[in-house]
Amino acid sequence: MAEDQPVEFDTQGVKKRFMFVNRRAPYGSIYALEILEMVLISAAFEQHAAIVFIDDGVFQIKKGQDTKSLGIKNFSPTYGVVEMEKQDAEEDDDMDMVWRIIVEKESMEARGLSADDLIVGVEVLGADALSALMDAQDVVLSG
Amino acid sequence: MMLHTVNKSPFERNALESCLRLAASGASVLLIEDGVIAALAGTPAGDRIAERAGDLKFYALGPDIDARGLGDRPLIDGVEIVDYGGFVDLVVAHDAVNTWL
Repeated sequence: MAEDQPVEFDTQGVKKRFMFVNRRAPYGSIYALEILEMVLISAAFEQHAAIVFIDDGVFQIKKGQDTKSLGIKNFSPTYGVVEMEKQDAEEDDDMDMVWRIIVEKESMEARGLSADDLIVGVEVLGADALSALMDAQDVVLSG
Repeated sequence: MMLHTVNKSPFERNALESCLRLAASGASVLLIEDGVIAALAGTPAGDRIAERAGDLKFYALGPDIDARGLGDRPLIDGVEIVDYGGFVDLVVAHDAVNTWL
């Protein structure tokens, strides 16, 4: 390849099952925001995605976050965009993209939370069901 | 089949605990960096690993064990020590890698 030629990646028709595993609470570290960005990028490429919240990651989608006093952006409303992408994919027959938003039952209950405390509609899966789903992924990105 | 890597000490973080809860039967778990501390026999994490030794395959990265002076400590039976070349072989031999960090 000549040096002045742009590098091109042929991604046409490439479709993978991605799982994004959120394991940390928001604001204490950058992990939550970074994974959220990856999720939105995967939408641009019409990839299958399972967006999973386990351990302290469950707190990322807790209702009523207020970061005004911290002086940093509350990014929890962006999960609403994730939910809209999921619904769009479900309703658009031309779009070959399946998205799921999943919370691990054990992690949620250990923190005294229920699905009603969360800002998006979620599937609540036990560890065994989640384990099987994780095993079926092409790519797993955790943080 | 999936390769899980764990790089946090079980005394500091719950990465190993969550990995063991969600790793499917038949998967491999490679302990790296501070994760190798979990390979020490006679610790709570060592006991948890021993419980899953029947359905998961465990590895630990030798250079990280040596760097921490743990080479002279008793390690859990069934944990295979690998070098960096072995790390690469494990990655190649599995369909996907899940990094617990």
